[in-house]
Amino acid sequence: MEIDALHMRYGDTVAVDGLSMTVERGTITAVLGPNGAGKTTTLETCEGFRAPQQGTVRVLGLDPTRQRRELLPRIGVMLQSGGAWSGVRAVEMLEHIASLHAHPLPVPMLVERMGLGECGRTPYRRLSGGQQQRLGLAMAIVGRPELVFVDEPTAGMDVAARRTTWDILGELKTDGVTIVLTTHYLEEAERLADQVHVIDHGTLVASGSPFELTRARGQATIRLVVTEPFPPEAPRSLSATLGPATEVQEINPQSLLITGPADASTLAKVSAWCEEQGVLPESLSLGQRTLEDVFLQMTGREFTP
Amino acid sequence: MSGTFTPAPGAAPFLRQVRSQASMESRLLLRNGEQLLLAVVIPVLVLVGGVAAADRIGLTFDHRAVDVLTPGVLALAVMSTSFTSLAIATGFERRYGLLKRLGASPLPRTGLLLGKVVSLLGVQVLQTVVIGSTALVLGWQPGGGVTGALVAVVGAILGTLAFASLGLALAGTLRAEATLAAANLVYLLLLTGGGVVLPRSTYGAAGGLLQLLPSAALGDALRAALLDGAVDGSAFLVLLGWALVGSALAARFFKWE
Repeated sequence: MEIDALHMRYGDTVAVDGLSMTVERGTITAVLGPNGAGKTTTLETCEGFRAPQQGTVRVLGLDPTRQRRELLPRIGVMLQSGGAWSGVRAVEMLEHIASLHAHPLPVPMLVERMGLGECGRTPYRRLSGGQQQRLGLAMAIVGRPELVFVDEPTAGMDVAARRTTWDILGELKTDGVTIVLTTHYLEEAERLADQVHVIDHGTLVASGSPFELTRARGQATIRLVVTEPFPPEAPRSLSATLGPATEVQEINPQSLLITGPADASTLAKVSAWCEEQGVLPESLSLGQRTLEDVFLQMTGREFTP
Repeated sequence: MSGTFTPAPGAAPFLRQVRSQASMESRLLLRNGEQLLLAVVIPVLVLVGGVAAADRIGLTFDHRAVDVLTPGVLALAVMSTSFTSLAIATGFERRYGLLKRLGASPLPRTGLLLGKVVSLLGVQVLQTVVIGSTALVLGWQPGGGVTGALVAVVGAILGTLAFASLGLALAGTLRAEATLAAANLVYLLLLTGGGVVLPRSTYGAAGGLLQLLPSAALGDALRAALLDGAVDGSAFLVLLGWALVGSALAARFFKWE
C-alpha cells in the first residue's frame, strides 16, 4: 500500500497535508496520532470512501476509488464504531457479512475464537462496547481478506479481550495478512507493530520500527516533575547545562522531558541544576524511551486518547 | 500447510448477495414491533373499522363498502411499507453506520438497493395475504377478475417505486430522528387526507387537486383495477411522475453517511 503526497481538506480545515507513507505486505503497521491528526481520513481514503483531493493512493496495486469494486472483496474494514443494525443478533450479523464473500471463514470457529459465543443471540444494541469491538473485528476478517484496516481495535476492551485480540492480529500476520491499525494504546503499537507511523496535523512526523523509534540512538528519557512551577527561562538554562546531546522539552509548567544519554552524569547535572534553581523535585524518573516519549517529543504534547 | 486466516478473498455471486440482503432486511422488519404495526395491524384495523363504520353511519359509496375500502387499504399497505418503513429503516441504517459497513463489503450499491426492493415486495405479498383474507371474511368480492388483479399488481409496483424513491430521498438527507418524525407525519396526513383509503369523490371540492398526490393516485389505480378491472391512465401517469421525481431527488441528494 502506498500513499503519496495526500492532501485532504474539509472546508477550511486541512485534515491531511502532504502525507506519504508505505506499508509492506505481510506486516503490521500502526498509525499513531492525536485526535484530529488525520488518521481516520487517511484510512477512509485507502478504503475508497473518499477520493484523494491531491496526491495518489494505491492499495494492493489498485486505485481505491476507481477500482473500488475490485478492491473491496480483498480488504477487510473494521469501523471505529457501529456498523450493524440495532436489532440484529451478533452471530446473525456476522453470518450476513460472511454470506457476501466467496470463501468466508467458518462462522462458528470465528465466534469461538473471538469469544462471541455467550452473546451470539444478543441484539447488537445490547452488546457491551468490548463485544461490539470484537464483532467489528470479526466482520473485518470473516471474508479472508489480504489486507485489514482496523480503527482502534481494542478501545473499550477488558484486559483478557485485548490479549485475545492481539493474539488474533498476530496470527493473521503469521498467515500472511497485512494489517494497518490505528490505536490510542501506545503499548499496543509497541507490542504488535513492525512499523509505526506517527501522524500529527496531517503529516508524518516519525516513522520506523518501535525499536528504531525508541532505542536507536541509545537514548533514555528523564521526566522531571517539581512542586512549584519552573522559573520562565528554566528549560533553556537546563538545556545549556546539559549540553547539545540532550533535548529538553517543557510538558507543562511543572514538568520537563529530558531526552539524552542515560548516564549518571546527566542525572547528577539535573539534580545540581534543581538545587541551583531552588526547585524541589517531586519525581525524577529515568527510563527507556517509550513510544509515548517519542510521541511527546515529536508533537510537543502529552498523548491523550 | 496454510493457516486458519490465510487470505482467500472474493465476492459471493451477485444474486446470492441480493438474496442474503433481502432476507436479512425482511427478517429485521418482521421482528420489529412498530414496523409490524405499521405494515399489518393498522391496515387491518382501518379495513375492519372502516367497513363497520360505513354500515353504522350510513357512509354510502357507489359500490359495497368492503369492495371500495379493500383496494384503498391495500394501497395504504403499499404506502406504509415502501415509504414509511423504508425511510425509517434506512435513516437508522445510515445513523448506525450500517450503510458504511456494507459500503466496505463486497455488496455493491445496486445489490443493496435490489435487496431492499425484493424485501419490500416480499413484505407486501405478506400484507396482501393478510389484508385480502380479512377482506374476504368481511365479504369482499373483487371485481375485474384476472385482468383487474394484473393491473393492480402493476399499479402497486409503480406505487412502490414512487414511494420508495421518495422515502429514500427523505432518509438520505435528514437525520434519523427527523426522518422518523417526517415519515410518520406524512403517513398520517396521507392516511387521513390523501385520498388513499377513501375515494376522492368523498373529499368534495378538494378531490380534483388530490389527484396529483401519489397516495390518491395509488388508491385510484387499485380501486379502478379491483372494482371494474379498468386502467386509470391518469393515476398511472401521476405515479410514474412521482417515481421519476423521487429517483432524481434520491440520486442527487442521498448521502450514504
